[in-house]
Amino acid sequence: MRDALGSVQSLLVLGGTSEIGVATARTLVNGRARRVVLACRDPRAAGPAVEDLRRAGAGQVDTLRFDALERENHERFVDDAFARFGEIDLVLLAFGVLTGDPVDVIETNFVAAVAVLEPLARRMVRQGHGTIVVLSSVAGERVRRANYVYGASKAGLDGFAQGLADSLAGTGVRVMVVRPGFVRTKMTASMKAPPLSATPEQVAHAIARGLSHGSETVWVPAAMRPLMWVVRHLPRAVFRRLPF
Amino acid sequence: MSTEERLLSGWGRTAATRARVRTPAGAADVAALLRHPGERGVLARGLGRSYGDAAQNAGGLVLDMTAMSRIKAIDRATPSVTAEAGVSLKDLANALLPFGLFLPVTPGTQHVTLGGAIAADVHGKNHHVDGSLCAHVTSLVLQSPAGERLTLDRATTPDEFFATAGGMGLTGIVLEATLTPIRIETAYIAEQVARAPDLDATMEGLASTDASHRYSVAWIDCLARGNRLGRSVLMQGDHAPVEMLSGPARAKPLELPQRLPLAAPPWLPSGLVRRETVAVFNEVYFRRAPVRAERLTPLDRFFYPLDSVAGWNRVYGRRGLVQYQLALPLGSEHAMREVLERLAASPAPATLAVLKRFGPQEGLLSFPLPGWTLAMDLPADAPQLSELLDGLDELTAEAGGRVYLAKDSRLRPELLEAMYPELPRWREVRARLDPAGAMRSDLARRLGLQK
Ligand SMILES: Cc1cc2nc3c(=O)[nH]c(=O)nc-3n(C[C@H](O)[C@H](O)[C@H](O)COP(=O)(O)OP(=O)(O)OC[C@H]3O[C@@H](n4cnc5c(N)ncnc54)[C@H](O)[C@@H]3O)c2cc1C
Repeated sequence: MRDALGSVQSLLVLGGTSEIGVATARTLVNGRARRVVLACRDPRAAGPAVEDLRRAGAGQVDTLRFDALERENHERFVDDAFARFGEIDLVLLAFGVLTGDPVDVIETNFVAAVAVLEPLARRMVRQGHGTIVVLSSVAGERVRRANYVYGASKAGLDGFAQGLADSLAGTGVRVMVVRPGFVRTKMTASMKAPPLSATPEQVAHAIARGLSHGSETVWVPAAMRPLMWVVRHLPRAVFRRLPF
Repeated sequence: MSTEERLLSGWGRTAATRARVRTPAGAADVAALLRHPGERGVLARGLGRSYGDAAQNAGGLVLDMTAMSRIKAIDRATPSVTAEAGVSLKDLANALLPFGLFLPVTPGTQHVTLGGAIAADVHGKNHHVDGSLCAHVTSLVLQSPAGERLTLDRATTPDEFFATAGGMGLTGIVLEATLTPIRIETAYIAEQVARAPDLDATMEGLASTDASHRYSVAWIDCLARGNRLGRSVLMQGDHAPVEMLSGPARAKPLELPQRLPLAAPPWLPSGLVRRETVAVFNEVYFRRAPVRAERLTPLDRFFYPLDSVAGWNRVYGRRGLVQYQLALPLGSEHAMREVLERLAASPAPATLAVLKRFGPQEGLLSFPLPGWTLAMDLPADAPQLSELLDGLDELTAEAGGRVYLAKDSRLRPELLEAMYPELPRWREVRARLDPAGAMRSDLARRLGLQK
């Protein structure tokens, strides 16, 4: 159960080998979480993450096979997860791809997320409580030409998550949207880190703080919020000519 | 019987969860509802005055007991009173008063139900002499989830009785209870107030008057440090005999003077309760208290000072409040000093702190133990609150003490067994009464109470 100060005891990470996912799980374990389920395409690849979380003090760490693109299995996956682990206080949606075939990017980041969040939300409503943390991105706040496919997928996800949050008001289930800027991970290792970039640990701490404050949206770093407000309001003609 | 889906939280207004709420009109309804508890189980709820998640059952069924509030019999001669579990202690006390009778034990608010008070086995300012409420319960009727209607008492069914008294609603639904009220001559308390300059004086003041007063408590300033650490206003009292009254009160000694109701506004911002404001409040409160005085105080003002402001919990804002109450055994006075030192040094403002003495205690999961208890309110968004309270939990467990489950909302489950050594026995008896595990609560899930 979630406690009075916003700590959770059990969590399910979708995208269980993602660096942000593991860093967040580690932070929450250090707080209170006792039971972690890492859901990922290849559970064998989660070995180091499992070890890491055990060392951090998690009493029980399990893995489940979850392939975002196997949409037809999502409903059953959700049922299995709840059947096997009982209470799930928090779900962290942390899977996603940055590049690739445009339709695959949209399929993974947006369509698959919708396909798994819908049955998850329904399950949590039945449970009477729960928190869903969705990793969006500042890239979705205003889609720019350099990564418009990724940006569009996150814009869709972000809008969906906000709408889902509103539709769940009063059910005891809440959704927190997290919008990191550039995060230094293996996914972005080949790129040059811009100013205001963050580490997975910083994202994890921002998420933990957001949970204890009952926030609906979290920007990482916090300075992204005013910055993106400006970016969002730039005229198209100006925005198009910006050098990024 | 109405059904609605509702978000429920405790008095602290933290961690709300949703449940199907049904309001049974009588024992037959309760029995019928227990027959089909559903996959998330069932729980009784009284007036929701436990601070944390004790009266919540996320995704499950919750029986609002407040419609079952009949007072079935008052026997002045014995004396004894039998009432349904959903009656409030306020209605019960008001019904007893004209007979010259009063509740044997009462918590700091009268807006609790008899069932809720039994489930938490509540204590009052007289625990050091009278024990907790269930010490005065001669029998109770329990609808067990297995379908039986059981009459429990300490002599013939001690296991079931002491698992239910203080059992946080997890053994079944209390339908009604019979208890032994005390006789009083007036609706007044002869109260003595005195200031104590530091912790030694406070503890000494409470310990030395144990025997001479039925009620005693110290209001303690948790923000005071250094040589003022533990300074307090001691309040002790006894039921006033008729001879002490004069004027109109003497003519109607069993009538309470009217009080004007107040209410906190429905919406208040977070952050009103902070260290600075609390420090000022405490200073004023301490200085306004007489150095030493005797006065006659109406019962309700003496026992329920907070009840005069409806919805005062909203003062803590959107994030709500955490009530923290710990008990430490006799001989661990040094630990109490350490607790107060940590509170005074923390940026989290502890308000409305109360220090009391506890006497002997029965009940497998009941909170009191012979020694000392300290209770306080803290805003849930106070800085470093989690670290502070986790530390106090550990200190308490190490000293052989415990925290109060009716008020808890954040204890680490790992500490539960150390704090409640009778837990394994309670689990055994509970499992006997509820083999299918139908009784559930958020508190039980969070702490792994029923394993
Ligand atoms: C201002 C204030 C002051 C307080 N002071 C004190 C004090 O001095 N001493 C003290 O001991 N406590 C004190 N309390 C705590 C309070 O007495 C307990 O939390 C009490 O249990 C609340 O009763 P309720 O009817 O509101 O029950 P709820 O909070 O609704 O429920 C509490 C528990 O009782 C169970 N329950 C309720 N009805 C039944 C039933 N019919 N059968 C079985 N289980 C049932 C519930 O399942 C739950 O586990 C105080 C609380 C407040 C808000």
